[in-house]
Amino acid sequence: MSYQLDFASLVPYLPEFAAGVWTTIELTIISTLGGLALGTFCAQGRISNEAWLRRTCACYIEAVRNTPFIVQLFFIFFGLPALGLKMTAWQAGMIAMIINLGAYSAEIIRAGIEAAPKGQWEAGKTLGLTRRQIFMHIILPPAYQRVYPALVSQSIIVMLGSAVVSQISVEELTFAANFVQSRSFLSFESYMLAAVIYLVLAILMRQAFGLLKCIAFKNPSL
Amino acid sequence: MVQFTDWDILKNLLLAARWTILLSLLAFAGGGLFGLILTLLRSMRNTFITRVIQCYVEVFQGVPLLMQLFLTFFGLSLLGIEVDAWTAAILSLTLFSSAFFHDIWRGCIEALPKGQWEACRTLGFTYMQTMRYIIVPQAMRMSIAPTVGFSVQIVKGTALASVIGFVELTKAGTMINNAVFEPFKVFALVALLYFVICFPLSVLARYLESKNHVTR
Repeated sequence: MSYQLDFASLVPYLPEFAAGVWTTIELTIISTLGGLALGTFCAQGRISNEAWLRRTCACYIEAVRNTPFIVQLFFIFFGLPALGLKMTAWQAGMIAMIINLGAYSAEIIRAGIEAAPKGQWEAGKTLGLTRRQIFMHIILPPAYQRVYPALVSQSIIVMLGSAVVSQISVEELTFAANFVQSRSFLSFESYMLAAVIYLVLAILMRQAFGLLKCIAFKNPSL
Repeated sequence: MVQFTDWDILKNLLLAARWTILLSLLAFAGGGLFGLILTLLRSMRNTFITRVIQCYVEVFQGVPLLMQLFLTFFGLSLLGIEVDAWTAAILSLTLFSSAFFHDIWRGCIEALPKGQWEACRTLGFTYMQTMRYIIVPQAMRMSIAPTVGFSVQIVKGTALASVIGFVELTKAGTMINNAVFEPFKVFALVALLYFVICFPLSVLARYLESKNHVTR
C-alpha cells in the first residue's frame, strides 16, 4: 500500500470537529426529549376511545416508519417552505428528528402500555380515578420501565441518523467532516475520525441512559 | 425549456425506483449471506471469534450508515481500488445489514433452550448435525418475522446511497426537483413510492409475527 494515513494533519481542524460534536449532541438531546414526548402522546392516541385520533396517530406512525429519514428531511426542508412554512436548516433537522423518533417511540411505548395488566385499569377505576389519571400515574411509569432498553436503542439510532441532516447543511459532525475533507483533502482520515467519534458517542449515550435508569425508576425490580 | 407534466415526474421516479429495489435486493442477499456466515461462526462458541464478531457488530451498529458509505467510497480508492457508486453502495449496505442480520439470527439461536444443545451432545450429534436437524429449523421459523421487518430498514437505507451519487429514488427526486422546482409535490411522491415499497413488508412482518406467537 503506497498511501500513508496522516491523522496528524487533522489536528488544526479539531475545533471544527468539536463544534460539530456539540451540534450533534444538542440535536440529540432536544430530539430525544421532544421525540419521546411526541411518542407518548401518540401512544396515548393509539389507545384512545376516539376513532379519529386513533386513526390519525396510526397514519402518522406508518407514514414515518415506512419512509426513509432523508426523504422526510427533504420534504420538511424543501417541501414545506413551498406552502409558506419557512424554517432554518437547524430547525428543519430538529423537527425531522423529533417527528422520526416520535413515530418509532410511539410504537415502543404502546407495546409497554398494552403489556399493563387489565386489572390495573380496573383497580384505578374502582378507586375513582379518571382515565387520564390512571394512565398518567399507574400505567405510564411502569410502561416506560418495561420498554426502556428499546427506547434507548431507538434514541441512539436517531443520534446516528443525525448524520443525515448534514445533507441540508446543518453544521453537525458529518458536516464538519465533509468540510474538513474538502479543505485538507484528507477524506479518509476525517471520515474515520468522525466515525470513531460517533461510535464513542453511541457508547457514552448508552452509559448515560444506564445511569439515568437508576435515578428515574424507583422500583428496579419491575 | 422542457416542460415536465405530473406524469413525467411520476414516470421518472418509477424508473428510478427500479434501482432502489435492485439495490435493496442485492444488499439483502449480500447482507443475508454474510450475516449467515457470521452467525454460523459465532455459534461455534470460540471466544476469540465471538469477541471479533461482537466488535464488528458494535462498529457497524454504532457508526451512522452515511459515515460507512463515505468511508467505503473514499477509503477504498485510497487502497488503489477504483470504486463507483454502485460498488460502494452495495458493499457498505451489505456490511451494514450483515451486522444487523447477524444480531437478529444470533438472538433466535440463543432463544432456544440450552438443553437442546446438551441433548444433541448426549445423542452423539456432531456440531453440523445439531445445527442442521435441531437448531436451524427452529431458529429459522422464529427469525422470519424480524428478518422481513429488517428488510424495511434496508430499503430505507438505500436512500442514503443518493448522497454518494447513486441515482435511485431519492437522488432522482432531488434531480427532478432541481428541474421542475416543485419540492412539495416531488418529495411527497418520493415518500409515497417508498411507502408503497415498505408498507407491504411491514404488514407482512407484523402478520408473520402474530402467526408465530399463536403457534408457540
